[in-house]
Amino acid sequence: MGRYVVRRLLQMIPVFIGTTFLIYYMVYQLGGDPISAMFGDKGADPVFVRLKREEFHLNDPLIVQYWYYITDLLQGNFGTSFNGRPVAEELKRAFPVSIRLAMIAFAIEVVIGVGLGLLSGLRRGKLADTMVLAGTLVVISIPVFVLGTVAQFWLGSEWGIFEATASVGDPTWSQLVLPGLVLGSLSLAFVARLTRTSVAENMRADYVRTATAKGLPRRRVVTRHLLRNSLIPVVTFLGADLGALMAGAIVTEGIFNVDGVGRLIYLAVTKHESSTVVGAVAALVMIYLVMNLIVDLLYAVLDPRIRYA
Amino acid sequence: MTTIDTKKKPEGSGSAGAAPLLEVDNLHVEFRTREGVAKAINGVSYDVSAGETLAVLGESGSGKSVTAQTIMGILDMPPGHITGGEIRFHGKDMLKMSKEERRKIRGQKISMIFQDALSALNPVYSVGFQLAEMFTVHRGMSRKNAKLKAIELMDQVRIPAAKDRVDDYPHQFSGGMRQRIMIAMALALDPELIIADEPTTALDVTVQAQVMDLLAELQRERNMGLILITHDLGVVADVADKIAVMYAGRIVEQAPVRELYRQPTHPYTKGLLESIPRLDHKGRELYAIKGLPPNLMRIPSGCAFNPRCPYAQDICRSDVPPLHRISAGRGSACHFWETVMEGEVRG
Repeated sequence: MGRYVVRRLLQMIPVFIGTTFLIYYMVYQLGGDPISAMFGDKGADPVFVRLKREEFHLNDPLIVQYWYYITDLLQGNFGTSFNGRPVAEELKRAFPVSIRLAMIAFAIEVVIGVGLGLLSGLRRGKLADTMVLAGTLVVISIPVFVLGTVAQFWLGSEWGIFEATASVGDPTWSQLVLPGLVLGSLSLAFVARLTRTSVAENMRADYVRTATAKGLPRRRVVTRHLLRNSLIPVVTFLGADLGALMAGAIVTEGIFNVDGVGRLIYLAVTKHESSTVVGAVAALVMIYLVMNLIVDLLYAVLDPRIRYA
Repeated sequence: MTTIDTKKKPEGSGSAGAAPLLEVDNLHVEFRTREGVAKAINGVSYDVSAGETLAVLGESGSGKSVTAQTIMGILDMPPGHITGGEIRFHGKDMLKMSKEERRKIRGQKISMIFQDALSALNPVYSVGFQLAEMFTVHRGMSRKNAKLKAIELMDQVRIPAAKDRVDDYPHQFSGGMRQRIMIAMALALDPELIIADEPTTALDVTVQAQVMDLLAELQRERNMGLILITHDLGVVADVADKIAVMYAGRIVEQAPVRELYRQPTHPYTKGLLESIPRLDHKGRELYAIKGLPPNLMRIPSGCAFNPRCPYAQDICRSDVPPLHRISAGRGSACHFWETVMEGEVRG
């Protein structure tokens, strides 16, 4: 077990370097001059541009630039953006917002997704099952920007059930409920369908029949025996999804004006702020990798037949 | 359609005179599927008394397991439908009881041992947890005491080092040990009746005998009723008091164990006995009943066995034979049972 964790942690190093380089390269390839971009249409003083380009090593080859970047990063220095603000500070401000949003989305998808999946799995072929299947299909088919704006308009503005937009800077939990619902809806649909299939399959399992034959109350048969086994594949999906929820919030954060990582990355890309983009993505990659490791370890807790070597 | 004689009163073997613990009376079960209706059980009646062992013998698809599942109340419904009959436990029809009443019988009064312990035990819980669950749920015992009871049970079914193994998971045990855990689980709350559905089929031959002996011994000690479902004639001979032979959802022959082996009265039973390999017949070709068991969606008219039966006449293709009473506790559902009875059992 200990050796397994160490090996997995070591495996993260090449993955980390690979992804950060890839992102770095892509932002580099975007072209355009970040210094000129700071001045918009006005045009910049050429002397100032030259000095700034030297300060940020922009005239060096890509690999040298990356080297400067990664050595700084490993010392905990995320660098400064071109307008002079430290990237670390931007991340420190944006990440808590996105984490909060992801937590809300995650909670919604786990509770409602597993709940609906269990309901429809237990009543396969009945009305409730058909409704869940149809409902999740609708959610899966609608693009998030449509779902987001429609939800914002009706649930937020017209009916006023939820708050329609978040305030800039530090949004409150209640402001994040609607964006969380939109963000989690797609995964919710997947979780519901995955749970449904898994529950329906395990319902016919011999050990569920044994549990019934032992005279256990139906509730206990379902929650203790059926659900625990059925959730094993669902947990895998949820773990991978937790990372994706944080990274994939660009559209949702845009619609609801949430000042999180997604929005930070979006703005940084439009402004060619390579250090911000790469810094944010590097942090996301780390979160993703750690989440994956935790899921794999959780797997062994859920299913004692799995042993790590 | 004619049904078999259900007036037959239980007599003879077992604890004589006492009212039977469990009576299955003219039970009918069918499975309604998209492909059609499969008539799995077509009027089965049998009974078991305390301390008695009834062996239910038959090929797969004969309805022996479905009968057991119906008794336990663990039949998948739908597609299963009980279309007739009664199952009386202490004289009370269980099919008319509420779900909650039936649940309280399961595990406490009637318990079941399944064929494949590896799939029948929950893979994600320790065997100790699964045994202890009986006590925490049904007896409201604390987890700690329930675990002690679990260890005690494991000792009783002779699992070595029970104390160290109580926290192990099913996959960490051998097949024989796993089946012992199934037995322990079935015995946990001192039930009056145990239904063992092919308890030794999944085991090695050497282990089969040990597990069967253990089961028989525990049954004798506790004076429980035992319904032993099997297709293995060898297992039956040693432990059963009486036998019910099933074919296509009916009982075709019922008899005390010795009489059935000595003098079968149904061609199917006779065929089964003749197909047992025997040492003194080494080198000879094995006898096999020709043909295949019928498709339960298209059971042949008349006697279901007629297409495979060497004795078949016209009447067998038109009339379903009732279960003729031959003597106390003995019956045969064959029009020509007397002819069959007189014939020698070839080996």
